[in-house]
Amino acid sequence: MTELPSNLKSNPRLDRWIDVAPDGTITIRSGKVELGQGIGAAMLLIAASELRVDPAALTLAPADTARAPAEGFTAGSLSVEHGGAAMRLAVAMARALFMQAAEAALGAPVELENGLFSVPGTNRSVGYGDLAAEVDLSVSALDQPIPVLFGEGDGAPGFRRPDLPAKLSGAAFIQDLRLPGMLFGRVLRPEAPWLRLDGFDEAAVAALPGVVRVVRDGAFAGVVAERDDDARAAIEKARRSARWSRIGTLPTCDEAQTWLDAPAEEAETLLEDAGEPAETVTRLSSSYARGFLVHAAMGPSCAVAHWTDGRLDLHTHSQGIHPLRKQLATALRIAEDAINAVHVPGAGCYGHNAADDVALDAALLARAVDRPVMVLWSREDEMSWSPHGAAMRVDLAAGLSAEGRITHWDCRIASTPHVARPGSGNGLDLLAARDLETPHPPSTQSNFKVPDRGADRNSVPIYALPQRRVRLNQRPQGPLRSSALRALGAHANVFAVESFMDELAAAAGADPLAFRLAHCEDPRAAAVLKAAASAGGWDPDEPGGEGIGRGLGVARYKNSGAYYAAMVRVEIEESVRVVSIHGAVDAGRVVHRDGLINQVEGGAVQAVSWTLMEEARWTDEGFAVRAWEDYPVLGFRDMPEIVTEVLRSDAPPLGAGECSAGPVAGAIGNAVAHALGVRARRMPITRERVMAAMDAAL
Amino acid sequence: MSMDDPRPYDLTVDGRAVRVTARPDTPVLSVLRDDLGLLGTRTGCLQGRCGSCTVHLDGKAVQTCSLPLWSVEGRRIDTVEGPSPTLARVREAFLEEQAAQCGYCVNGIMMTVSALLDEGVRDRSEMLETLDERHLCRCGAHPRMLRAIDRLLEGAA
Ligand code: FES
Ligand code: FES
Repeated sequence: MTELPSNLKSNPRLDRWIDVAPDGTITIRSGKVELGQGIGAAMLLIAASELRVDPAALTLAPADTARAPAEGFTAGSLSVEHGGAAMRLAVAMARALFMQAAEAALGAPVELENGLFSVPGTNRSVGYGDLAAEVDLSVSALDQPIPVLFGEGDGAPGFRRPDLPAKLSGAAFIQDLRLPGMLFGRVLRPEAPWLRLDGFDEAAVAALPGVVRVVRDGAFAGVVAERDDDARAAIEKARRSARWSRIGTLPTCDEAQTWLDAPAEEAETLLEDAGEPAETVTRLSSSYARGFLVHAAMGPSCAVAHWTDGRLDLHTHSQGIHPLRKQLATALRIAEDAINAVHVPGAGCYGHNAADDVALDAALLARAVDRPVMVLWSREDEMSWSPHGAAMRVDLAAGLSAEGRITHWDCRIASTPHVARPGSGNGLDLLAARDLETPHPPSTQSNFKVPDRGADRNSVPIYALPQRRVRLNQRPQGPLRSSALRALGAHANVFAVESFMDELAAAAGADPLAFRLAHCEDPRAAAVLKAAASAGGWDPDEPGGEGIGRGLGVARYKNSGAYYAAMVRVEIEESVRVVSIHGAVDAGRVVHRDGLINQVEGGAVQAVSWTLMEEARWTDEGFAVRAWEDYPVLGFRDMPEIVTEVLRSDAPPLGAGECSAGPVAGAIGNAVAHALGVRARRMPITRERVMAAMDAAL
Repeated sequence: MSMDDPRPYDLTVDGRAVRVTARPDTPVLSVLRDDLGLLGTRTGCLQGRCGSCTVHLDGKAVQTCSLPLWSVEGRRIDTVEGPSPTLARVREAFLEEQAAQCGYCVNGIMMTVSALLDEGVRDRSEMLETLDERHLCRCGAHPRMLRAIDRLLEGAA
């Protein structure tokens, strides 16, 4: 290794990553945060393997803006790849310093085992704690030699996540935080994206039992109360007397699809291969789409804010405490270092949800009182005001030679924004900021450039294709606010690419597996594809139709992350049911095998739900999704059988929480086509869409 | 004094007799979390769908987010923090299978599973049906939870 991992370069002091106390307690700190993905376990395993201690002997401190390394967002499946690499090197450097100190103390070369440095053949040894006073960890990684790395080990079989016992019994999440004197706040938000608050009967709300304060700043309004149920009742009361005005018009549900379907004139070219196409005998084109997806975390978005002497202490489940702090400072018009933000885990988070928005809500409400205030979002607001997964349309066209090889590939994407996180654009992207008396406008432009604007993620197929062209028509924010949701554009792009590969294979009269392999020059992609197909019992001659079918999907997430392939079986009676998913993953060397499988399979289950069931809607009245009832998700009864093979690899470790979404969606589309003989190209593949596809084929 | 004013209520929670002074329509979830500090019972949708707030009421699994305090007067509530040996077995099976991602939904699910086991339910599809109606998991940890449940059903058969 010649180059330090970038997260270590930007946070070079070793004591930001690791502390050793004289009693032998070792604390590690990561800027990557627990989102329910088990990253804490991976960090402990990485540190334990480099320090040669039992992972149970380590404590992982919560990420905060004061002490922990600043590692940006916990996103993009980069936590193990980037955060883990930085952690590994930082603790290995610390271990090397302890080793030197041990050799100085014992006057001989030492070996390290189980946290003890000992002189071989003697009974002389010292532990980390014994040397804590000698070793100065306030040194810079930039000045340290690159130490020997012990590596990932064997995937930690039998290792149990240390955070789970507490989560499966008592207080464990941010929603369970109880600070002395803490009050509860809630915010009044409109029921339609085009409404703005004019006013409500503030005196009546202030007089309700338990209400401590009614807060108004422009169109932002909330209450602070002794108890959360008091705050809820007060908001209900406020809503009954609320007056709203209409700000602008938005397309109705049908119009919005038309609007995304409109020809993409101003598409930007992301990739265009030079040269002349080979002779083409068959041309094919198809259009694929998905609607907006609701983030729909299980827990309400939550933050706790406490102001003392103009300083703000914040507890948050944000994916990026440093970027959040920066935006909060601007929104609140205070210095950045007047804010200390500490991360506390919330319910599972799959991208940019309302964690950041609620932090500003809490800061605004808490400013009106001198006690800590916890703000929780209502389910209604969670379903409609949390950032959505973007709506997308993907148009593909390609040609085939007489030999059945792809001669050119053309892709045009239209998409609402996938990256609207606070700090990722030119404006202030915390929901309440635009409502304030002196408003801060939201971003109109993303700082993110291709290739990571999100919509283009996996738009370039993994196959070796000539004459590719990829264009993106980046649409502005639509009627529903959209931002990063697990896999971003990869869900719809891989669905489109893998569906189209099957359509091309059919046109070429080829077996979908053989057709893919014939166009695949990446051995790792071929390996996961073959493994999934063989685990699922792929048979080129398996007859389709009769409502039973199977399909394949494969991708390398972001074309730089983990490889995943799936073979899916479906049964279609009234609606589509995924019966089984046989997956294979190559995520490089494996830090925590069970954690990896958990992530891959969780992503696959969520993708089944997105692909078959989920689409956010709105009507002339406003948001149409205000409750779980309005937005069914895959449940216990419809769980597929799911099997995942982890392929052995010596490549660097990669994150895997997002790699399965696209391939599973593609495989489902292909299995549905195999089962029915007609193809559904728009997600979710509901009963109505399947019927429509069948009618169209008659 | 109006009918809506706070008054004392006696109930048994996790085997202990407790007295709570609150308004009669206070949701039991809020009594557990904010009066009794039993934060293992999670706050979720507050709409009666997700199941995060599930406890046992006289041995039956119920959601507490819309359950008013007056309706549980004198009754027995057991939470995920209580001493039930069945619950302890359920938790061990869930940990054994690492049957969680974020874990937010799991306490409610474990409460329903343990109540069903106590009621003598041994049929997998009956259990699945109830879980499907009363619980959600957004992380997709279901397959692991089902493995933990299979383990429990085998053990109990
Ligand atoms: S919180 Fe009670 S069912 Fe969701
Ligand atoms: S494990 Fe996160 S919601 Fe179920």
